[in-house]
Amino acid sequence: MTEKLLDIEGLSVHFPTRRKLFVAVNKANLAVEPGEIHGLVGESGAGKSTIGAAVMGLLERPGHIAEGTVSFKGEHINGRDADGMRALRGAKISMIFQDPLTSLNPLLTVGQQLVETIQFHLKLSDADSKKRAIELLDRVGIPMPDERINQYPHQFSGGMRQRVVIALALCSEPDVIIADEPTTALDVSIQAQILELIKELARERQTGVVLITHDMGVIADTTDKVTVMYQGEVVESGSTEQVLGAPAHEYTKSLIAAVPRPTLKVHRFPQLSYGGRQIAFHIDDLARNWDRPEPTKSGTLLKVEGLTKTFLQSGSIIPSRRKFFTAVDKVSFDIREGEVFGIVGESGSGKSTVARMIATLYQTNGGKIFFDEDEITQLKTAKDLESYRRQIQMIFQDPFSSLNPRMRVDEIIAEPVKHHKLLEGAAIQHRVDELLERVGLGSEAGRKYPHEFSGGQRQRISIARALATQPRFLICDEPTSALDVSIQAQILNILKDLQEHLGLTMLFISHDLPVVRQMCDRVGVMRQGQMVEVADTETLFAAPKESYTRELLSLMPKLEGLSTEGLQDEII
Amino acid sequence: MSDQSATAPQSRLAKALDSDFVYSFRRSPVAVVSFIVVMLLVLSAVFAPLIAPYDPFDPGSLDLMNGFTAPMAPNDFTGDVFWLGTDDQGRDVFSTILYGMRVSLFVGLAAVSFAMILGITLGLVAGYVGGWVETLIMRAADVQLTFPSILVAMLIFGIAKGVIPIQHHDQMAIWVLIIAIGLSDWVQFARVVRGATLVEKDKEYVQAARMMGRGRGIIMLRHILPNVLSPVLVIATISLALAIIAEATLSFLGVGAPPTQPSLGTLIRIGQDFLFSGEWWIILFPSVTLLALALSVNLLGDWLRDALNPRLQ
Repeated sequence: MTEKLLDIEGLSVHFPTRRKLFVAVNKANLAVEPGEIHGLVGESGAGKSTIGAAVMGLLERPGHIAEGTVSFKGEHINGRDADGMRALRGAKISMIFQDPLTSLNPLLTVGQQLVETIQFHLKLSDADSKKRAIELLDRVGIPMPDERINQYPHQFSGGMRQRVVIALALCSEPDVIIADEPTTALDVSIQAQILELIKELARERQTGVVLITHDMGVIADTTDKVTVMYQGEVVESGSTEQVLGAPAHEYTKSLIAAVPRPTLKVHRFPQLSYGGRQIAFHIDDLARNWDRPEPTKSGTLLKVEGLTKTFLQSGSIIPSRRKFFTAVDKVSFDIREGEVFGIVGESGSGKSTVARMIATLYQTNGGKIFFDEDEITQLKTAKDLESYRRQIQMIFQDPFSSLNPRMRVDEIIAEPVKHHKLLEGAAIQHRVDELLERVGLGSEAGRKYPHEFSGGQRQRISIARALATQPRFLICDEPTSALDVSIQAQILNILKDLQEHLGLTMLFISHDLPVVRQMCDRVGVMRQGQMVEVADTETLFAAPKESYTRELLSLMPKLEGLSTEGLQDEII
Repeated sequence: MSDQSATAPQSRLAKALDSDFVYSFRRSPVAVVSFIVVMLLVLSAVFAPLIAPYDPFDPGSLDLMNGFTAPMAPNDFTGDVFWLGTDDQGRDVFSTILYGMRVSLFVGLAAVSFAMILGITLGLVAGYVGGWVETLIMRAADVQLTFPSILVAMLIFGIAKGVIPIQHHDQMAIWVLIIAIGLSDWVQFARVVRGATLVEKDKEYVQAARMMGRGRGIIMLRHILPNVLSPVLVIATISLALAIIAEATLSFLGVGAPPTQPSLGTLIRIGQDFLFSGEWWIILFPSVTLLALALSVNLLGDWLRDALNPRLQ
């Protein structure tokens, strides 16, 4: 057996708070060998980042290591004083943070930051340091490193910036790298490149890597071993193949079952819930009281023709000097009544802008939107739009900002009902209570404020608000991308129920291809403001026509090694 | 993750007393002491007619023979004893301070409320509507900031004096003071509210309201205003101290509260005449009261700023 680079034994991290002792990590064990990538996976609050911070001696007060040991190459390192830790941190153990936007100093050039770090750790001359910096940039795959070394971080794209961060972490030739969600802020195509780079570096330099992530796809594709955490406890640990393919612990099983698969379409995600997180969603009761409008004659509910949106890039008093940026360029598609239409694309592709134009949040700069044969783009006044606005509703991405923190939940849900004057007096409260019951929160939830709920619960409040006006058309703009995977599964199940039982038509915006495959009947692929391809979901995934679509699909994590336990009954 | 589990149903008061806000208050000795001082001063001003041994506005109670009595010493002629002495006209300094504080506090509170209403309204509109409306409001604010606020207040005071007939001067003085200080103070409210509005208006709950078809007015009042109020509360507290000082300064310069309705500033101005002739108490006690009031309100504001700032918690 090779020597362990990093060995964590029985580590507990405590945060004493005013009311009680909060145990962030409870008796965790983890070992990393040279050249090994060890995945640390869990949902938010599982304590995975806290382990990283504890190893680096970067725990925020009042957090502290209560028991257990952290050893580096057989030597205890917890309990070292600040100077002792500083000699280790950065030099022997480096860290890569999640957000490349904030982990580089915007006022220094990339070269200055690299050279400073190299000189500090390796004590080289100026010229040698610069040479080494250029080598490092070249190694992490930055083209023309001798030119780009003099540029500032803002001149790099997100993916390039994360490469620079990795180069910085490599400056001191560390033995262990702790990467905390290194690709979460990046697009899927860039994510694949960064993970490949981390894999290469680990193999080539025999560096041990601890990869902290919530993403099962990243774990499956990158790591050799994996440790699964749940609420501060290590529930399972072992080789990636074994843990993902044949999970032993109930929590791991429920977590894996909740991961949307790119290759299997499931009817509903299994409710293999762990730790009492089951929810009851009473769709049948809701469907009974639902007023369904007359179906459209043509079968098409929403039709978009040549939709265009430009944003002012640099303003000027003289109109000819103004510069515009075309976010959406002549996009056309139609959505049939009762179907779920997906739009996928990377960040900046214009998919959210399309949703916002349909939602009347943005004015269009060209093109037409038809809803049930009415041309929406012709309607100008708020009064004309009233009926349309009642029939469309939106579920937003961020459950923490989509609810007004100063309004009570029942006021939030009642607002659209009151605004559209759908009901009066006690009937409003009745509708609110009913909706809260149906989304599984209970009517007493109405008297609380949004901050008293978790992300998943808030997203259900959002859904209740969207359903309050009994809409025909629901716009979901990345409704689950801010949620943990098990919560995502619940929300996706609810959305599927809505579509099926209430006959809702949906526009589903996402960057996550496996999710789109589970949810959508037809998909449009967007790239740089243009609609590249529109097809039935199954056709698109099986036989993509455009090269860009093929590229996107090839970057999708395959997740073939994941256990399908609990999914058998659900596969269509 | 959070510790909501074990909390049994509690009364509203018990809940409020258990909140982090009250906890942080109790843990800060500075906040507790300043709060006690502020409450003491405010209550004694409010109940001045009950507390003050003399009524300084009743000419009948004044005895010129009592003039220039030193604190705690019996008067040479009448043998009366005054805690904090008397001024040249034989007015009890302690009583005039209590009554003067009423004027100071009233002017301060009214001026801050006026500045707050003006600043919040303009800041909300500037931030939410944007475009040329924003440019107009914020440039006006910038221009105003280039004048010291005392100068602005004196300017308004001077104009008011010219416009209002002379027989109404004494009655109007207090209101002119309030408007003058309020007008010179709205800018910071407007700036802070505009900044906070710019952050809030891009949040998804505002978009949800817009999508519903809610009008601008309702969105600003119901959705944005409640979410931008906590920084306003902090500025209002600190502004109160500044407004009290501004009032004292104006009154000291002789353009504020008239001698018939003396504020702390007026008292200090009167006392200044006798500072070098040995009657130190006439200026000292009003000054110390002003200092205690302004300082404790300011310290309370400082604590509030830290307590309401989520980044510092």
